[in-house]
Formats: sequence, structure tokens, C-alpha cells
Amino acid sequence: MKGTIYTETTVFAPPEQFAADAPYQLVIVALEDGKRLTARVLGDRVAIGDGVELAETRNHIAFFSKT
Amino acid sequence: MYDLVLVGGVEKMTSQTTPKVTEILAGAGDMMGEGRAGATFPALFAMIARRHMYQYGTTREQLAAVAVKNHANGAKNPQAHMRKVITMEQALNGKPIADPLTVYDCSLVSDGAAAVLICPLERASEFTSKPVVVKGIAQTSDHVALDEKDDITTFRAVKEAAQKAYKMAGVTAADIQFAELHDCFTIAEIVATEDLGFVEKGAGGPYVLEGKTCLRGERPINTSGGLKSKGHPVGATGVAQICDVALQIRGDAGERQVVHNKLGLAQNLGGSGATAVVTILGAA
Repeated sequence: MKGTIYTETTVFAPPEQFAADAPYQLVIVALEDGKRLTARVLGDRVAIGDGVELAETRNHIAFFSKT
Repeated sequence: MYDLVLVGGVEKMTSQTTPKVTEILAGAGDMMGEGRAGATFPALFAMIARRHMYQYGTTREQLAAVAVKNHANGAKNPQAHMRKVITMEQALNGKPIADPLTVYDCSLVSDGAAAVLICPLERASEFTSKPVVVKGIAQTSDHVALDEKDDITTFRAVKEAAQKAYKMAGVTAADIQFAELHDCFTIAEIVATEDLGFVEKGAGGPYVLEGKTCLRGERPINTSGGLKSKGHPVGATGVAQICDVALQIRGDAGERQVVHNKLGLAQNLGGSGATAVVTILGAA
């Protein structure tokens, strides 16, 4: 699954259940099929417009990496 | 039908820790998608801010200007939660919450309550010598999740509620002299000024930075201090906004009284734009 970054943020103040993950980058990916998906990032930080692809899915969370 | 209605709003939030409050509030978002991925409300509005900056060149200074202005107003409001003036430098260097938003871009975790009494105008003199008239009101809704919206830099629900309320009141955006807007985050006030039609799309940042919306500006916004300084007891906020607009129309706002106070607007937002209420109030 491939797409581009539509928007992003880095979360420093997480909800309790994600405390161990912070800070983490949260993104909305514009997928090739026209849909959008809220996801996380694995590896390097991404910016709006960057190309990304699905790296893995953990606990129903999609992790994308820069292509 | 009843012709005498008391509307109340109340919230108690300070008995919980901030992480717990953050988690509870996240429940008003899309839990299956955004929430599961780790979104918080600050994170959702941070993503709106990031996209707004990308599309329109909105800056960190423009976001911070909302906080500086609203704290300056709140410092003059005896009923505000945080009556503290902040500087641009402080606002720009706050603790990061969700990049690009710092703690100074976020509204407060507050306790509060508000109430209004509604009756037919002909009965108003039984209760007050200074009635305030509901000229127009509308509520609308939109998708809950940001990733289902075509353009996250605009709140479609606010736009539609505003158009309906303006039509009902027989006025246009240009006629609105002052407003209480839902500044749950600084970017939300900027987006609201655009969606209400006070400025062109994308021009909300310069509008606040140039001082047009400060207490002595051309259209004062959030003279109460807004959610940022007056506070954001979620269940009370909408009613409290109405109370603050009414206070201005009655000329009872004291040190923060605006000069042109005949027609005011209150805009409330649910979630990250899933619902909106716009109310236009005027002098009798």
C-alpha cells in the first residue's frame, strides 16, 4: 500500500495507553486509491508531500515508511 | 410547547489528571480509526494547523498571536480561569504538545457552569430590563474523522451553520461586530474566522497577527478570553459563549467592553469539526 503524506504531527503528550510510544509521529496518508488513512511512522520523520509505503501493521495500527 | 426555558451547561474536569482527561476527550473523536492510531485532540488540531501552514503559509507567530490576544482579554475578565497575560516569546517557546502546537496553543482543563433563560420577547420585561434577542441560530454536522474530509483546513459544519444563521438573522458576515469563537486550539480560531466569512480562506493568520481581532481592533474576537484563558469546561462552553456575547450587548463587560456591541456571534464546535452551532445575538 503506497501513498503520500497529507499532514503530520509529532505527539509529545499522548493518551495514557500510548505513553510508552511518545514522542511519535502521527500522519494522514493520501493513498493511491484516493482514500486517506490515519497512521504512524516507522523510521525517518516524514513531511507533507513525502512518498510512503506500508511497512507493517501492529495492534490494528498501520505503520508507514518513507519510500 | 413551552415559552419559558432555562438552558444550563456544566462540566467538572479538574478532578482527573491531564493524561486521563486527554484520553476521555479523545472519545469524542473517531475511536476506531484516529483514536486507535494514537490521535489526541491536540494531535488532530496540530494536523489541521500543519496543513493550514502548508496550504496558506500560516505561521507559528500567527498561531501564537491568538493565545497572546485571548490571554490579554482573559486577564480583564473576573470570571476567567487563567487571568494571566502572556508574551509572544512565551507563547512561541511553550512546552511542545503536538507539533506545531505548544501548551500555549491549547485551551484549559476547567470546571465551570453557565445558564441562559429563554422566553418570548414580549415577556422579557418580566425578567430583565436589558433583553438580548436571538436573531439567528443553526446547528450542522460533518464527518467525525479528519481522514474522511476532503479538506481539513476548513470546518464545513461551521460554514453551513454560519450561512443558515446569517440567513435567519437577515445579516451577512460583514455585519457581525464582535464574536466568541471556539478556540479549543489557536488554529481553530483562525480557521473559524475564515469559515464564518470574516476574511477570505487562508487569511485568518494575518488577520489576528495584525491586531484586527483584539479588544480595540475592527472586530474583537473572544473578549472573554476564549477557551484559551477564560477556560474550556466542555459541557458549559457553548452556553458560556452565549452569556459572554449577551454581556457585551448589554454593555456590562466592564474593562473589556467593546464599543460596537449591537450584533454579536457565538460559534461552538464539537470534536474536530463533527458538529457546529452558530448563534447570532442582537440588541432588542
